[in-house]
Amino acid sequence: MNMANVISPTTVDALIKFGIDVAIILLKIVIVLAVGLLHVAYATYFERKVIGHMQVRLGPMRVGPHGLLQPFADGIKLFFKEDIIPAQADKVVFYIAPIIFMAAAMVNLSVIPFDANFVIADINVGLLFIFAMAGVGVYGIFISGWASNSKYAFMGGLRSSAQVISYEIAMGLSLVGVMMMAGSLNLSDIIRAQGESIFGMYAIPQFIGFIVFVIAAVAETNRTPFDLPEAESELVAGYFTEYSSFRFALFFLGEYIAMILMASLCTICFLGGWTLPWYVLKIFPFLSYVPGVVWFVLKVYAFFFFYYWIRATVPRYRYDQFMAIGWKILIPVAIGNILLTGLVKIILKEVL
Amino acid sequence: MAVTEVVAGLYPAGIEQEKIAEMIKEKFPEQVIDVTNFRDQVAVIIKKNQSFSILKYLHDEPTLSFDHLRDLTAVDWSNKKEVRFEVVYNLLSTKYRHILRIKVQVPENDVKIASVVPIWAGANWHERECFDMFGIQFTGHPDLRRILMPEDWEGYPLRKDYPLKGYEGDKDWPGFIQVIKRSQELKEFEWHD
Amino acid sequence: MIKMQEPEKIFETRELNVNMGPQHPATHGVLRVVLDLDGETIVRLTPYVGYLHRGIEKLGESLSYFQALPLTDRMDYVSAMSNNIGYCVAVEKLYGIEPPPRAKFIRTIVGELSRISNHLLWLATHALDIGAMTVFLYCFREREWILELFEMICGARLTVTYPRVGGVRNDISKEFIDHLVKFLAEFPSRILEYETLIDQNRIWLQRTVGIGVISAEEAINWGMTGPTLRGSGIPYDIRKFMPYDAYDQVEFEIPIGTAGDTYDRYRCRMLEMRQSVKIIIQCLEKLPAGPVMADAPKFVLPPKDKMLIITHPVNEIAYFIDEKACKGCGMCLRACPAKAITGEKKKPHKIDQALCLQCATCFVTCKFKALKIVPGGKGQTEEKLVELAAQPVSDELKQAQEALVAHFDFIKKGPKVPEGEVYVATEVPKGELGFYFVSDGTHKPYRMRVRSPSFIHAGCLERLCKGHLVADVIANIGTIDIVLGECDR
Repeated sequence: MNMANVISPTTVDALIKFGIDVAIILLKIVIVLAVGLLHVAYATYFERKVIGHMQVRLGPMRVGPHGLLQPFADGIKLFFKEDIIPAQADKVVFYIAPIIFMAAAMVNLSVIPFDANFVIADINVGLLFIFAMAGVGVYGIFISGWASNSKYAFMGGLRSSAQVISYEIAMGLSLVGVMMMAGSLNLSDIIRAQGESIFGMYAIPQFIGFIVFVIAAVAETNRTPFDLPEAESELVAGYFTEYSSFRFALFFLGEYIAMILMASLCTICFLGGWTLPWYVLKIFPFLSYVPGVVWFVLKVYAFFFFYYWIRATVPRYRYDQFMAIGWKILIPVAIGNILLTGLVKIILKEVL
Repeated sequence: MAVTEVVAGLYPAGIEQEKIAEMIKEKFPEQVIDVTNFRDQVAVIIKKNQSFSILKYLHDEPTLSFDHLRDLTAVDWSNKKEVRFEVVYNLLSTKYRHILRIKVQVPENDVKIASVVPIWAGANWHERECFDMFGIQFTGHPDLRRILMPEDWEGYPLRKDYPLKGYEGDKDWPGFIQVIKRSQELKEFEWHD
Repeated sequence: MIKMQEPEKIFETRELNVNMGPQHPATHGVLRVVLDLDGETIVRLTPYVGYLHRGIEKLGESLSYFQALPLTDRMDYVSAMSNNIGYCVAVEKLYGIEPPPRAKFIRTIVGELSRISNHLLWLATHALDIGAMTVFLYCFREREWILELFEMICGARLTVTYPRVGGVRNDISKEFIDHLVKFLAEFPSRILEYETLIDQNRIWLQRTVGIGVISAEEAINWGMTGPTLRGSGIPYDIRKFMPYDAYDQVEFEIPIGTAGDTYDRYRCRMLEMRQSVKIIIQCLEKLPAGPVMADAPKFVLPPKDKMLIITHPVNEIAYFIDEKACKGCGMCLRACPAKAITGEKKKPHKIDQALCLQCATCFVTCKFKALKIVPGGKGQTEEKLVELAAQPVSDELKQAQEALVAHFDFIKKGPKVPEGEVYVATEVPKGELGFYFVSDGTHKPYRMRVRSPSFIHAGCLERLCKGHLVADVIANIGTIDIVLGECDR
């Protein structure tokens, strides 16, 4: 049989090209997932180490040199634990809740540009996509709290959904300034726009938005001091009180991927992604030979360290105080920031 | 935010305990049975009928002002005294720094006494414990339940006729029997080689 | 026709009933709290205690005054020293004896150390409950240090039983004082470290200021004591009101709060730790020399070197049954732990000298004075023993024999206590720990009552929490500083 008789050569070319594209995307997905999951594993390790040293103790030391294999030990342990499901739980929902949560967090990795030419899906609405998916993740938390049929889990789920929804508004509004300056929702374009701007990174002109974003990001990922959904001393473990074994691990993974995501988003929107500000390059020209992904990862790590630092320092907010901060301070400030950005933009346009 | 002050030094001592006993005697001449003194601690033994008004007097009288109920308990005299139970109130005035002990006799055939929760709110749990341990009924108590022992416990452990090891034999507490039964049921799930 | 249901009947609202504890990370042991919630607001709160009830009061009635002492450090295991001291002070009052000055000062030192360690644990858990995790570990660092100091003086860290009725078990060493001085020099800077983390922390302030407010009148009416009461502004401290041990010989101040909220109670405890350091330093400066146990042979066990038969070394003594006096009652036969005594009923018994342990049990048991102590009789033949026993008893030996009998009685039954009753309270870190003893003139207390501060404070929980949010319950459980071992006794 001759292919050429059935399908025209151009179609074959197009098909081959498509095949290569798919292969590349699959390869990228594999790389991102592998590197991402490894990062999650070691993010837990570094969290324990960093906080340990801040609290005059050593952190994990037993498994491997300096406890380096601890994340794997934890993973294996969680994998082989008995999967306990409460007798009164809504089983189907109980099963799918952690999957929704984890999947919603992981999908977001597809639009993150790690380097100038390394992004799985370079879509125009990248930022909106991330918000949308973060919104889906709340369902995972909420229905896990509901399905567990436990009061602590229920309260944790309720708290979490209220928290994520209110802080998503503040976070979205804080990023509007960035969108206005970059003129795009495509994450790669935002980074490029930053690289070309006078400040090199939007954290300087958009410092109000930056601060609001950082606070909202901590709240969005349920970290101290906003870890109310899983407040250990009040709700035992919050929405995943009844989860065990690998279902618990899925929540855990999802949470850390969400952290990576928030750190990446902060890096992309405020710290210049893979680029370095031009003035830094002017002083140290040799730095331009370093691949961009290194700067990206370093910035993400810096933000991670900031997460840990906060966790080791501050107590936990109460629920009502926490909501008050979101609605009464962050959202008005973020709206003010939008007005200010627009005003400055108009004035600059008039002047120049 | 409040500033915390620091207080130093001793406070003036209040009225002598014997004098307070005299004051009670004057005010309630019929009620006082006896006044004892051991190691500088004066105890006034009174009848139970007006115990509430005497204690209220001690709390409200401005020169006495016994605002702190240090302790409330009972003693089971079993066969040693005519009246079986004595409810003991240890009082102190944080204002004047004097102390006094009031003992109220409660006979076995009428194990009831007026609750002092309206005077000292802190007496609430003391009286519940007293009821739990001695079976003394405090009339007017807002919520008289067992407190330390399980709700369905039988007997009053601190009475002298209650054996130290509890009642022997099949009179075990139902909750305990239940636990034993349950543990036997679950034995098949235990991991043993 | 379809009849519509009334909307009220379709939408029924109920309060959420949450059972917190007895297994819960923030209830400090086995406290069970049943909450009725309207959203996150507390409508009703009912504490349940008793999960750790061990009947210490009932046990105390069946033990001698010495034997009940170790029970007290199982009550508040966080500040076991203070509880021991409280018990000892109360029993001493009942006996009518006073410990020697050195013992008083040592007790004050260990009592204040115990106060610091208790407040450290309180701060650690309170901060952890509110979410400040680092404070927890910082506090444990210093608490560990104090526990090591305790280990140095008595070998135990938690349940110490170091103070004794009439003094303390043993004298403190030079090494201990050196370590203590080091600790005292370092500790105030460590307090600053905790305060750096939380004292002016915005979140900490928001979580504690105005939470669990109770006015001075109400606080004393509820029977609150200790820092929990002083946070409301009443300077009621038993160390000042009715000084015991060496508290009347040292200078210190009582920190009091004004607002009566969780933050003021926290401040009071922080300042109290500093005052404790001050007290210990003064005690070390004034520490007098001398014995550490009271010289009251009727109530307190004399030191070993003051006991019997030091003039007659034990391994040279033999016990011998006088055949004429022995009525063959079999008392000594049954009492002998080595089974060295043989003989039939109504016939004189005999001691097998090879088996005899020289424990003097038979000597004390015998009611007919048939048993004789024979100095230098060890290893002698039967005839020689008869000969030696026939010799007149020296005054020295007579005295020693009497002492032996008294000592034996003392150990076996405990001291005989005059008839009477006392209520003695001491200021333990948690508040007023009172012991009420009723003695009927025998060796055991007729009634032993423990007034534990935790019990009363747990009773106030409902009053403190009403109208607050769930998160405040945790703050309030922390602020009243309860240990359930003491609460349930």
